[in-house]
Amino acid sequence: MILTRRTTLLGLTALGFSSRVKIAFASAPTDQRFVVVLLRGALDGLSAVVPYGDANLASLRPALVPPAVGQSGGMYDLGGFYGLNPSLPGVYAMYQAGEALPIHAVAGPYRTRSHFEAQDLLQLGTADEAGINSGWLNRVLAEVPAQNGPVPKGLAVGIGTPLILEGPVRVGGYAADHFATPSPDLYARIAALNAADPLTGPAIATGLKAQTFDKSIMSDDALAMPGDLPKNAGGFPALAQQVGQLLAAPAGPRIAAFQLEGWDTHGNQINGLKGPLTGLDAGLTALKTALGPVWGKTMVVVMTEFGRTAAMNGTKGTDHGTATVAFVLGGNVAGGKVRATWPGLGGSQLFENRDLAPTMDIRAVAKGALAAHLGLGDAALARVFPGSKDAAPLSGLVRTA
Amino acid sequence: MNTASAQAAIRFGLGNIPGQVADADPRGALKAQLAGPDPAQAAGAFDGLAAGVDAVDAIRADAMERHALMVANTPLQGNFVSQAHALYYADVVAQMGWASTTNASFRERLVWFWTNHFTVSILQGETASLVGTMIREAIRPHVNGNFTDMVLAVERHPAMLRYLANENSIGPDSVAGIKTARGLNENLGRECMELHTVGLKAGYTQADVTNMAKILTGWSVAPSDGGGDATGFKYKPNTHEPGPQIVLGRSFDGGEQAGIDALTFLSRYPTTYQLLAEKLVTHFVADTPPPKAVTHIANVLRDTGGDLGAASAALVDIPEAWKPLTKLKTPLEYMVSAVRAAPPADGQPPVDYIGTLNQLGQPLWGAPLPNGWPDQAASWDGSGAIMARINWAFTYAGRFSDGGVQPSDIAGVALGGLLRPATAQAVASAGSRREAVTMLFTAPEFQRR
Repeated sequence: MILTRRTTLLGLTALGFSSRVKIAFASAPTDQRFVVVLLRGALDGLSAVVPYGDANLASLRPALVPPAVGQSGGMYDLGGFYGLNPSLPGVYAMYQAGEALPIHAVAGPYRTRSHFEAQDLLQLGTADEAGINSGWLNRVLAEVPAQNGPVPKGLAVGIGTPLILEGPVRVGGYAADHFATPSPDLYARIAALNAADPLTGPAIATGLKAQTFDKSIMSDDALAMPGDLPKNAGGFPALAQQVGQLLAAPAGPRIAAFQLEGWDTHGNQINGLKGPLTGLDAGLTALKTALGPVWGKTMVVVMTEFGRTAAMNGTKGTDHGTATVAFVLGGNVAGGKVRATWPGLGGSQLFENRDLAPTMDIRAVAKGALAAHLGLGDAALARVFPGSKDAAPLSGLVRTA
Repeated sequence: MNTASAQAAIRFGLGNIPGQVADADPRGALKAQLAGPDPAQAAGAFDGLAAGVDAVDAIRADAMERHALMVANTPLQGNFVSQAHALYYADVVAQMGWASTTNASFRERLVWFWTNHFTVSILQGETASLVGTMIREAIRPHVNGNFTDMVLAVERHPAMLRYLANENSIGPDSVAGIKTARGLNENLGRECMELHTVGLKAGYTQADVTNMAKILTGWSVAPSDGGGDATGFKYKPNTHEPGPQIVLGRSFDGGEQAGIDALTFLSRYPTTYQLLAEKLVTHFVADTPPPKAVTHIANVLRDTGGDLGAASAALVDIPEAWKPLTKLKTPLEYMVSAVRAAPPADGQPPVDYIGTLNQLGQPLWGAPLPNGWPDQAASWDGSGAIMARINWAFTYAGRFSDGGVQPSDIAGVALGGLLRPATAQAVASAGSRREAVTMLFTAPEFQRR
């Protein structure tokens, strides 16, 4: 989708290309909306959802624990053992409404501490890269049960397709630029000159189709100017509002994937996390607001490639670790509590004497979400996450009527 | 001949500039670019730009100025002028200007390749004013030299020490560590192994990473009045973790020399040569690098002890390099190759490199993560990204609406013998000069290198 003129009007110029936030989305034959937010760089789970009830926490990371529940600028209490980071008020509001479910001590099926390997594996949805050439969300597109007849798949948008959406279903790119645009006739001649090219041919065809798609589902008055969004929030809030409006449109896309950077907090973490967390919080809130009543049909899964060391490092930050926190959010999510088999932070309880130990496979969370929200059965889940038999879908993620 | 010459300029360089004549011996001409010092520096193109330590000083001066204004309750806006930003901007103008006009563009592509290999992103750690200095001080002098020298120059440059947070990493058992209970930061220790040298295939452990971080403690940054050298590097012995430390089975004694020895060891490790060869062949030849070519380049690196000039020359002789072009240009390569083929006319405003690259999806020196920009078409061929190129081409072509250079001449410079008849026809039959230039710059063969 090219939002050129309209995007410029909205003041969203280049937002989609801000290299800290990326978005891709796709249509799918379902009325449910499914959003994945990938936090690239490794979110410190012990800072986002702080296990203040664990006696070992304060000694491991004295300078990294936010002020206590009840103090000025303190954590939001999540049931007496965990506290939500004070930079996440919007998530806390959803938690109080029973719409936000933090799941703790989660990790992927891999144990690498390399960002780049882990980010690839998180998006491929596997323990190693052997024999896999598509992202798990792309495989979801192939599995969503059709409801009201075939809807064209891959009428889609994304900036530099993220690996999670790469695969047989072609997903295009989202561009918000303020360049001049050629006339339809010149576009057509450019498309013709490129038609036979294996790279640029399909890209331009998809791009032109997306322009039509854009025009058909959005009107100028449907898209309001983002209002009181925090500045300096990495562009996520404004982009999330746009995406929320697109997802809410009756003929809009159904599946979206965000990628947010800025989580690799090796130093001065207590301050360094404020900006990214505030941006994440404002974006999730903007997404919910923009979705309006469709929030009830929406599930958002927030995940990161791995966690960080339990102990503070030498520069008041943390280094690459293992387990962390994930969030499931949405109008029908069974939230308002924290789910975890808490492994403890004692020396022998830490993974390799250093990291929060994983007690939940992130694929179990994703499978549980896909089963509950998109109705994927066991066979479909096994195709989306091959080799994940040991990670049974986590049940109870949505409220039952 | 014209085809081979065009292919040489496009696969290995950034495309021709007007007036550049076809080389009778394209391979020889490419290899000739590998001789001698960096041509931009030899020509004085960067004279007057800041040294690393000047940038370190400027960053500190900015912080003091901001602090003084805040203390005085003076708003920053309208009152604060960043010295560091001025240095950054001067470096962008000089280095992008050189890339857009040099006739030794293979040499320049190598500079970009190694800059991306050793990514320092302006997104983190207030490094904007330092990245350009690192390219000039640690990359350019070594692209035809020895890899070990480049590694040593880069890892001790303030740009890298700041970006990967080694500057304040402190040995827990160092003098300062015992006094302050501060400690290690593993970031540079890990990435210098994973990304810059041996790679994950070396099979190192968490202990190796931690030990490498310990070895690099003390490698820090200081301003000119605080003992920083010309680049702004300072070794701080009181923060250095005492040795010995073991990395990949090799023991290193303490002190600054331990870091030099360990990085030298890593830079010559067998998997390092394999990693570099794969990246070089992927960059210059094909998204799926021919295994024989990778082995060959790795062998050249091994046999020469990491001679990057020899490896670069060997790239030119890879048979697959002379097959049709399949690589998709990155946004940076795309923009610069168009500007080279059709430079702004006299009196026209300069090209907005920074703004254009932001919108084309590859902010200058702004990769999101330390592994740099991807080097395969799948990362750049999204429909939005390609549509943005089309829109930029149409915007830039607006400079050539009236008179001056003929679109067919621009096509000759841009593609030479690689111009397809269909594109030549589309250019010739376009309704305006602007449309003709747009058709040229959006043709599939112009997207390739």
